[in-house]
Amino acid sequence: MSTQYSVIGTRPIRHDGADKVTGRALYGADVQMAGLLHGFILRSPHAHARILSIDTSKAAAFPGVKAVITTHDFPAVDGNKMVDLGEGDTPLSYARGNVLAGDKVLYRGHAVAAVAAVNAHVAEEAAGLIEVVYEVLPCVLHAVDAMRSGAPLLHEDLRTTELGEATTTISNIAQHIRQSKGDIEAGFALADVIVEREFHTSTVHQGYIEPHNATALWNNDGRISIWCSTQGSFVVRDCTAAILDIPVSQIKVTPMEIGGGFGGKIPVYLEPVAALLSKKTGRPVKIVMPRQAVFEATGPTPGSYMKVKVGAKKDGSIVAAQAYLAFEAGAYPGAMVVPASMTVFAAYDIANALVDGYDVVVNKPSTAAYRAPGAPNAAFAMESVVDELALKLGIDPLDLRLRNAAKEGTRRVDGPRFPRIGCVEVLEAMKNSPHYQSPLGGPNRGRGVAIGFWFNIGLPSSCTLNVCADGNVNLIEGSTDIGGSRASIAMQAAEVLGLAAEEIHPTVVDTDSIGYTGVTGGSRTTFATGWAAYEAAQDVVRQMKERAAKLWDVKPEAVEASGGVYKSNGNSIGFKELAGRIAETGGPVVGRAAVNPRGAGGSFAGSIVDVEIDPETGKTTILRFTCVQDVGRAIHPAYVEGQMQGGSVQGIGWALNEEYFMSPDGRMMNSSFLDYRMPTALDVPMIETIIVEVPNPGHPFGVRGVGEANIVPPQAAIANAMSHATGTRFTRLPMSPPAVMEAIWCQGSSSQPS
Amino acid sequence: MKWFEYEAPTTLADALAILDANPGACLLAGGTDLLVQLRAGRKQTDLVLDIKRIPELNEISFDSASGLTLGAAVCCAEAYEHPLVKQHYPALAEVASIIGGTQIQGRASIGGNLCNAAPSADAVPLLIALGAVCRVVGIHGERELPVEDFCLAPGQNAMNPGELLVSLRFPAPLPASGAHYLRFIPRNEMDIAVAGVGVSVTLENGAFKAARIALASVAPKPLFVPAAGDSLKGKPVSAESLDAAAQLAKAAASPISDMRGTVEYRRHLCAVLTRRALEAAVRQALGQAQETR
Repeated sequence: MSTQYSVIGTRPIRHDGADKVTGRALYGADVQMAGLLHGFILRSPHAHARILSIDTSKAAAFPGVKAVITTHDFPAVDGNKMVDLGEGDTPLSYARGNVLAGDKVLYRGHAVAAVAAVNAHVAEEAAGLIEVVYEVLPCVLHAVDAMRSGAPLLHEDLRTTELGEATTTISNIAQHIRQSKGDIEAGFALADVIVEREFHTSTVHQGYIEPHNATALWNNDGRISIWCSTQGSFVVRDCTAAILDIPVSQIKVTPMEIGGGFGGKIPVYLEPVAALLSKKTGRPVKIVMPRQAVFEATGPTPGSYMKVKVGAKKDGSIVAAQAYLAFEAGAYPGAMVVPASMTVFAAYDIANALVDGYDVVVNKPSTAAYRAPGAPNAAFAMESVVDELALKLGIDPLDLRLRNAAKEGTRRVDGPRFPRIGCVEVLEAMKNSPHYQSPLGGPNRGRGVAIGFWFNIGLPSSCTLNVCADGNVNLIEGSTDIGGSRASIAMQAAEVLGLAAEEIHPTVVDTDSIGYTGVTGGSRTTFATGWAAYEAAQDVVRQMKERAAKLWDVKPEAVEASGGVYKSNGNSIGFKELAGRIAETGGPVVGRAAVNPRGAGGSFAGSIVDVEIDPETGKTTILRFTCVQDVGRAIHPAYVEGQMQGGSVQGIGWALNEEYFMSPDGRMMNSSFLDYRMPTALDVPMIETIIVEVPNPGHPFGVRGVGEANIVPPQAAIANAMSHATGTRFTRLPMSPPAVMEAIWCQGSSSQPS
Repeated sequence: MKWFEYEAPTTLADALAILDANPGACLLAGGTDLLVQLRAGRKQTDLVLDIKRIPELNEISFDSASGLTLGAAVCCAEAYEHPLVKQHYPALAEVASIIGGTQIQGRASIGGNLCNAAPSADAVPLLIALGAVCRVVGIHGERELPVEDFCLAPGQNAMNPGELLVSLRFPAPLPASGAHYLRFIPRNEMDIAVAGVGVSVTLENGAFKAARIALASVAPKPLFVPAAGDSLKGKPVSAESLDAAAQLAKAAASPISDMRGTVEYRRHLCAVLTRRALEAAVRQALGQAQETR
């Protein structure tokens, strides 16, 4: 960490700050244009039903209606063709079926038909005139129920993939995976203490404030323009092209500012529908999802049933660990059980381990990524068991974790060996933190800790730099800025060029105007698009050396550049002055880079939390919360801290109150922000942050992704704290006041409510 | 949401005439419940009648003999910022400050909270505990009815078509009296009461002279529990007397199980909240510093 940087590690004002704080930033719902029509989507009132018929004639005849579409308006395509959904592939039939239902609806809120009209109210009223005849089918809402033989089948052609092999078994289990290491039986035989627990977690939503939206114009020349809120404009382009069966070059996607995503703004919901409505009407069509539809019909994170068993010797060394993970995919396969399996034991060096994971479809909305998808569920189970193990062994919970911590070279249960990681450094920082060192006094209080791991991904990114005559540089990129990435990308270019962050002007542009760039997801943007900016800046430096060489009539190789100053044989010129002379030395200087980097480093995060529980109401107050995370290199520490605090707060909400409260017939009863209880500013303390920097050897500046690992440990840390406050182990999320009261009643000797 | 007409009369007489001609009109004061209901399709109307420009509905006046008159369209913020409300009815000022968030409080009215007739309305148990009376006016005359008789069922109040709520009248506070509303919500703001309790007490020589207790969110309407308040009459202020009243309140509750809580949990909360609310009201009556919520 001896490297001295002039820009990296500072806290400049974000480039989009003025637009955001003045309300001038343009979001998808702000899109206005001549002749704009408004769309509304009719959604299924049933969790599981066969569509027998759809009659759109009354809706089509309603005054002000310009078009009505159903799945039959989609072109016939090969449903088995795979489409890239940003972080993984899925069959086209699933992607399309989720956009507009085929012959069955698989969850309440499943889109069935769409109307375009002169305004949103007319469209909504007309949608109510569409007559759909359903044959209602029994629904199944939880993984364990859906796995039973005889359970209602969502997909009559879904064949279980068993340990990588296709089978002929038709069931709701899309996939069974297994990962193993060592000898599980022999491992447990060595254990002096074994803890085994079952855990349940509820479906929870990312809860971004901005609802999904899309505006599409199918132009007379056959080209489609789309303006939308997305984490990945190229994914929207490619997925929409696949569903509409047109070449990708015929679609231009403009990512508008985004009001939160957390993984949930990767899938395509509205864009193909708006495009088809535009094709039918010849006018641009805008669709904005109501909040209820966001809850009922976009992608929350899976609910899960988990069983974890861990054995340790008296000295605290963990000798064996086993996990059974059944995750609810929602309506279509893809329950994030694979990353859950890969992360459940990732913080530990365990010789003998076995993980069984099940990807199970149920009659709830098709799940999507949510910040380290799968890992928080798994960590809730594993870190609760480790906490109980520490208690039984009489070892400090952080010491127990340090005793078994994963290090460089540790082989994970899913195979790979860790490169340089910061697990030990995070645990040590937790142990040495003012929070952990402080006493915790008072009745009904408890302190809990937990650690969590999340991968980062690479994926392609592109960047272009245009040098202005005044020595500023315009930076063009394609990564939607969710968490301050304009700043963290621009700062990496500034560092290379020897400029101030404010002298780089980043712009996120449409898919016609930049090379392919993957989603803003997988904690990759500062890592990968930042790397593209670094490479593009190197390209600028190379060209600027040539210009200086021309001025001085020397060979380019004879010019040295450092800190924005170009030198050769006693000549010296600053970047700005040199920029003023690019016209006379050969014209514009444009730096370009397209990267597809490997070497993404994983990130560990730890939570320390103090809670107090009101023994009469079961309400939990978070007294103090500290997030510790290995971020590799903090490019902009303020935004790094913001990510750490945001993930912690979402973890608190997930732990304490958030849940899809489902009626037996599959209706989400709390599909509003009033009753889907995310924490407000009054519900959380100031989240303290401790940045740990173990540079990632796979990145020029040592960057690790910081967006996700911080949501992995809070649920377990809070559960552990609550267990210590009450003497009762909590194994079900959310740990809401009624659930806590129930636990207190069950535990109390009187066991009678007052 | 279907199209509707909008009228905003400036006199009570005009409003009543419009209402008489359009019995299906929806009355709008702050609109914080109505607009949500219209958007969600839970209500439909051809006419929205905005009543907040009518002087009588914006009245705030206090007289030490006759008490407080609070116009039905007075918004929460105006109520809790009013010096006379703060001085003489601190519990009312406080309940107005916990309905919705800051922006909502600049719109939402206490009269609207009552007319919406939600079982969970935060203001209503306190209005009942304070003995507030509704002044209801129609084209053929006016009548008064106590708040405890105003709500009939979820979303249904006792007004006839053509009538509107003009104001609430609160009796002047008695010496050595106190009142308090306490709700349980899983969050710390912006939430619907899982259970709520409004109480008022009057003390004399270390004993209860009178008490009124009403509950929110545990019956189809805000629930007045005379037995619980009456049980305190003449009793000394003690843990036993408070517990006895709390148990009576709990016994009167008939909640449902839903996403906000189970029957058992809600009934349990009635007892806890009643005891805590009584403790706060007694502290206020004794002139002690009021506990922050």
